[in-house]
Amino acid sequence: MKILVTVKRVPDPETSIKVKPDGTGIVTDNIKWVVNPFDEIGVEEALRIKEKVAGSEVVLVSIGDKVAQEQLRTGLAMGADRAILVLADDLDPLGVARVLAKLVDDEKPDLIIMGKQAIDDDSNAVGQMLAELLGWPQGTFASQIELSDDQKSASVTREVDGGLETLSFPLPGVITADLRLNEPRYASLPGIMKARKKELKEIPVADLGVDVTPRVTITKMEPPPSREAGKIVASVEELVNLLHTEAKVI
Amino acid sequence: MLYEPPDYYAIDELLSDEERMVRDTARRFIEDEYQPLVTKAFRDGSFPMQIVPRLAELGFFGPTLPERYGCADLNSVAYGLINQELERGDSGIRSFASVQSGLVMYPIFTYGSEEHRTHWLPRMARGEAIGCFGLTEPDFGSNPSGMLTTARRADGGFILNGVKRWITNGNIADVAVVWARLEEDGQSAIHGFLVERDRQGYSAREMEGKFSLRASITSELFLDDCWIPEENRLPGTGSMKAPLSCLSQARYGIAWGAIGAASACYDCALSYARERIMFDKPIAAFQLVQRKLVTMVTEITKAQLLCLRLGRLKDAQHVRPEQISMAKMNNVSQALKIARLARDILGANGIIDEYPIIRHMLNLETVNTYEGTEDVHRLIIGKDITGFSAFGG
Repeated sequence: MKILVTVKRVPDPETSIKVKPDGTGIVTDNIKWVVNPFDEIGVEEALRIKEKVAGSEVVLVSIGDKVAQEQLRTGLAMGADRAILVLADDLDPLGVARVLAKLVDDEKPDLIIMGKQAIDDDSNAVGQMLAELLGWPQGTFASQIELSDDQKSASVTREVDGGLETLSFPLPGVITADLRLNEPRYASLPGIMKARKKELKEIPVADLGVDVTPRVTITKMEPPPSREAGKIVASVEELVNLLHTEAKVI
Repeated sequence: MLYEPPDYYAIDELLSDEERMVRDTARRFIEDEYQPLVTKAFRDGSFPMQIVPRLAELGFFGPTLPERYGCADLNSVAYGLINQELERGDSGIRSFASVQSGLVMYPIFTYGSEEHRTHWLPRMARGEAIGCFGLTEPDFGSNPSGMLTTARRADGGFILNGVKRWITNGNIADVAVVWARLEEDGQSAIHGFLVERDRQGYSAREMEGKFSLRASITSELFLDDCWIPEENRLPGTGSMKAPLSCLSQARYGIAWGAIGAASACYDCALSYARERIMFDKPIAAFQLVQRKLVTMVTEITKAQLLCLRLGRLKDAQHVRPEQISMAKMNNVSQALKIARLARDILGANGIIDEYPIIRHMLNLETVNTYEGTEDVHRLIIGKDITGFSAFGG
């Protein structure tokens, strides 16, 4: 079974983000970069399938700057077999989906696993768009994945409002990973050293012949308003009074 | 987020991606799996054996040895970073891994036969066999060449007699690397021998009453007419050079480890000082407290730079034992000073094991002593730069 997994380079979720003064983006100096946590869950799930299904191959894909190699190496160190890095400037979700659809044509995977969203722009769109472009079934926000014994179909449990929903569909298909799908392993030291020898192919986006003209433009970024300092009140009466007159919540 | 240690000089930028990944794996392991166990282990005076399979699985045993023995073939800087992260957890777990890697797997790899290597190294890497290193004796610490333990030839092998003391992992070890004096053909030389735990005449006893390195097992080994076969001698040994080269490995790891212990103390003291209010403001706003914190971060930064350079020299096979002595001496004694300053900043809270400081501070007394005391390293460097030996005799 061949599984394609996406790996996006994103700022560490705990990094304090500063917006550039001109509002065109964020300040990227001194930021720690990590694998998108939802993608890391996707890599883990693919590795667990590989451990169960003999002869499986896990192929990682990232799209971005050359430095995204670092995140691909992390996935390879966890145990993925090889990686593809499509060199491109920031693409919008449709551009990413089109690039992935083209790679799927070449790679012909049986399953695509991606994070449900990347924690930098939180678009939560590429998995759905990719399934549509390919005409494949999709199971998004997976909290559990089970493959049939012949690996011809998948059953995906999704956490929805008020309960769990289980979908079954034939493969190939697209699955996006939610937080509770699994707990990703750490890269072992031998894994890190083996990753060095694994294939990491770089493809300039222009070579794919895909239209990635952005349809979305970011007009402005601004930080959320800073919080005002709290106030310590002397009595319950004062608190109630302030909630009524100042905060106007009661 | 993964814990970010002090990196005042952006030394991270000098590491390769792989070195950073190795460090991050060690860091995550310590935070997620070891930190929850260490306070109780220290109180109980025990080593949490349940983490040994995980240490093995992640590749922490013999990480610099070749892949053909089931090891990761890391460079020395990555090895150092592992020690740093382990000791951020506790000196006990770093000692466990140091002994297994630097004092047992290393001499088996360097001085053993191919049979020794293929027999022991893969199972030690998998954590299925634990090793210990028997050099120090009750009356011979800083002067190991005076050791009283003897080997003599008998029945196609050797009979060993003697006592070894302060042996980390002694009574859980499956195999001991025992150093003993062999008198032969009018010559007396120190040889290394592998003694399996079930050999008749070999026994180990755990030492009690330690107030330091409590989350680590320390033992005495007794060799009482213990016979071992000829092939248990490490064929590459036959002088003090062999055990001293093992100590260089261990000292190198300790120099890095001390950075971890010191950073843990500094971080704790810094965050405490920012939050602890005294005279209506955080104590971090007082000059005397700032002076301590600045001393701490400055010494940590210097220790980091010493180690990184030392590691690069070691990887270029350019390092001298005296250079390792300098890093071990400096980094551990500074770590001990940092731990004491941190303890002081926490006031009364500094003596409670709710915070890691007192544990590190007590551990560092051991670390400052073992593998060459601070004074002994000073004399090693003194002899190196002046040409005069100031050791006794």
